[in-house]
Amino acid sequence: MNAIIVSTLLGVIMMFVSWLTSSPKIQRNIGLAGMLLLILANLAHLKGWWVIDIDTKGMLAFNPIGLFANLTLFILTFIYVWINGEEIDKIGNHTADFYAIFFFILCGVSILTSFNNLLMLFIGIEILSIPLYILTGADKKNLLSNEASLKYFLMGSFSTGILLLGIAFIYGATGSFHLAIPIINPKTQMVKENFLMSAGLILLFVSMNFKVSAAPFHFWTPDVYDGAPTVFTSFMATIVKAAGFIAFIKVFEIQRLALGYSWSIILSFVIVATLLIGNITAVFQRSVKRMLAYSSIAQAGFMLFALYGNSIFNTEALLLYIVAYSLATIGLFAVLVKMKDYSFESFNGLAKKHPVLALLTTIFLCSLAGIPLTAGFFAKFYMLNALFTANAGTWLLIVAILFAAVSIYYYFKLIQVMYFTAGEPAINEVNKKYELKLMVVAIIIVLLGLFPSLLFNYLYF
Amino acid sequence: MFLLLFLLIPIVAALLLLFIKSNASSNSVSIGAGILTLIGSIYLLMVNAGDYDTSWLPVLNSRFSLHLDGLSKLLILLTSITFPAIFISTKNNEIANRNIFLSLMMFTQAGLIGVFLASDALLFYFFWELALIPVYFLCSIWGGEKRVAVTFKFFIYTFLGSLFMLIGIIYLYANTADHSFAIDSLKHANISGGQSATVFALFFIAFAIKMPIFPFHTWQPDAYEQSPTAVTMVLSAVMVKMGLYGVIRWLMPLFPAAFLAHSNIVVTLSVIGILYASFIAIRQDDVKRLIAYSSIAHIGLMNAALFAHYQIGVQGALVQLFSHGINVLSLWIIADIIEQQTGTRSMKALGGLAKKQPTLAILLVAFSFANIALPLTNAFVGEFLMFNGLFQFNPWMAALAGVSVVLAAIYTLNMVQKVAYGEISEATNQMQLPNKNAQMVLIVLLVIVFFTGIYPQPLFDLTADTLTQLFVK
Repeated sequence: MNAIIVSTLLGVIMMFVSWLTSSPKIQRNIGLAGMLLLILANLAHLKGWWVIDIDTKGMLAFNPIGLFANLTLFILTFIYVWINGEEIDKIGNHTADFYAIFFFILCGVSILTSFNNLLMLFIGIEILSIPLYILTGADKKNLLSNEASLKYFLMGSFSTGILLLGIAFIYGATGSFHLAIPIINPKTQMVKENFLMSAGLILLFVSMNFKVSAAPFHFWTPDVYDGAPTVFTSFMATIVKAAGFIAFIKVFEIQRLALGYSWSIILSFVIVATLLIGNITAVFQRSVKRMLAYSSIAQAGFMLFALYGNSIFNTEALLLYIVAYSLATIGLFAVLVKMKDYSFESFNGLAKKHPVLALLTTIFLCSLAGIPLTAGFFAKFYMLNALFTANAGTWLLIVAILFAAVSIYYYFKLIQVMYFTAGEPAINEVNKKYELKLMVVAIIIVLLGLFPSLLFNYLYF
Repeated sequence: MFLLLFLLIPIVAALLLLFIKSNASSNSVSIGAGILTLIGSIYLLMVNAGDYDTSWLPVLNSRFSLHLDGLSKLLILLTSITFPAIFISTKNNEIANRNIFLSLMMFTQAGLIGVFLASDALLFYFFWELALIPVYFLCSIWGGEKRVAVTFKFFIYTFLGSLFMLIGIIYLYANTADHSFAIDSLKHANISGGQSATVFALFFIAFAIKMPIFPFHTWQPDAYEQSPTAVTMVLSAVMVKMGLYGVIRWLMPLFPAAFLAHSNIVVTLSVIGILYASFIAIRQDDVKRLIAYSSIAHIGLMNAALFAHYQIGVQGALVQLFSHGINVLSLWIIADIIEQQTGTRSMKALGGLAKKQPTLAILLVAFSFANIALPLTNAFVGEFLMFNGLFQFNPWMAALAGVSVVLAAIYTLNMVQKVAYGEISEATNQMQLPNKNAQMVLIVLLVIVFFTGIYPQPLFDLTADTLTQLFVK
């Protein structure tokens, strides 16, 4: 409860900070301090030092994994703001408002990691989504940004409608909004077939797929990611997507039983479609930003593996994947923000001019591609392992591996232009401090690539 | 503990090199570290260094465990000979950003040593990739004209192969009783015969691409041709041995039944590869490509001998792992000297080396004899034993593979004739003073060639324990 209340309060406070000071720098620092406070509040809850306890009639349930997920996402947001703060200032002229929006989104995140009731899921998703429509259109004078925002809003509200319909069906089937364990027939050991329930769950599944941009519900992603201001794309592609996945796994880790055998068929279809469309389309992109949008679809395909089984291992795997993917993506977008245009050609010869920046970009790309020594390798490894424990077919693993090899192609294409193509990179001024911040991210990635247990030790002790 | 320190030498040197700007001192650091590892590996031959084992990933129960047996010793010795030899002989070649180049080379060496030491499957996979990534940068930055595309093909090809191996590793891991990656646990993984065949195939693809054997070889001649020669030496002398090492260390003990069940197919593929590569080698005009195809043929023979699975043939392959490395390394060094000094690799443009640089010509002839496995040279010992094993497996296969010996003589001697004899060509005439460093290295290597050719017993003794483990149950 701490995180929900503190983030709401901080959001409200940030809305009025511009009355106190008009300096974007001070506003940013207040925002950062607020985030630290939020992290502390959540940590206090996790450790049981200080807990605000409100009776929600079981609509919210706080468990260590959910709180840990909160913590991870808050820290990722902190890192994101810490790196991108100056770029955020450049967009619009109400910096503090963006921080208010961030806090509202984090409030949605904290609901999504702790809901125990489908209504709360709905509220959480709405709190998360509405600020996002604003962020997408934050660059008011840019037509593309407006277009993206409108597109996202229309598609997003449509999918929310589907979500609501699904919830209504499930309510019709069970008479409750609570996430309950499906009734199992003791004779056949199978879940009782219930048409309304299955229909409701499938609608829910469709809507969640939309939120995490899994194919074939991904069509909004490239345009929205491309049109939104790059700093905010970075936020949407990482923290928001991660929260969507955590909600996704929370709904379906038990409810999937109600779908019986068809669950694995539906999920396999979505996974293969996502991997196929994400990876193959990414290969043909000319713009790095769009390539990253498709790569984020492709990575979603890998994250969906976590939904296959229901062991605790899957949630762990998902968390590691989220951290690895988000760190690398935040880093890459932070480099991209500094580019004058987003074509591959603008990276030509970056290694000559900014060797450190090029090396860092290489580490981020390697992590996304899943090369050993980076966090991305263990993320992929854990996911594959999760598939094995879930007894998925070997064919699915082979498909995954083949597409992982395809992804090497477009990630390394960027490395190639940086290192092996001569030219003048179209890059704005990058100061040492900025490089240093990115270096911290890269070091975390490499550390997790050597000792992924650092993350999990924390979970257990 | 000593093993860990040994592994750290190249890593420390690599990191050190990143900060050294001057060419001369980066040369001395690399050569110094190379010789230090050579001394270390000779020390390892004599002393029985204990295994090193420590916790690495407790969550997955993967351990950082290094184990040393005869096979590892042999290949580590080969690695430690190869690298200083390369550093010394290419000392005066012009390379931009030499310190970065040497640093990446040192990282490759660390990866290779790690591969030959690791006895934990996940660690093995880790080093396997670690050896590949520096090579990607080495070839793409310092290679020939078409380097970027060719290296990319090479990289994706081998990376895909190793991903298959990763699935195989996870497959076995998920079925072990104690959820461990240790080789002994994987041996007793609880999988059925059919599953075993699947996992065997997953591992085999990775190794087959690395070696490479027909039909997975298409990356190789291009990659050898486009890589900077120093890297080609590493690729052909040591890196391809990773695939063969994988077969001996992992495939044979982990899937004994599947191994025997597939031996017919694999031996046939290898023999096709041997003949195919030999015939193509005859038609080559480029010295580098000729050596590349000749190397495919030799590797194919070793693989055939391994899969024939007769003790004598496997013994031959073990010896040949070392001998082939030495021979092909020497041929590359010679090819590099010629290319550096004449600016061409085309045999049509070369000729008359014997008159211009008699020492180099004599060395070329001597190593060419080793390449066609003439008696008294090291390759003869290995090939004789390998053919013996192959003959017991299937005389027809042995006969077909035997044709390759004749073909090897044709293309190798043809090369010697065109490069060393005849009138002094325009290109050869440009040759300056002989490269003393390289010649010194070559003479040391020549001593090894004849010593192990005349008295191979030390190599047999060294690999005895590996062989016993493979064949005595």
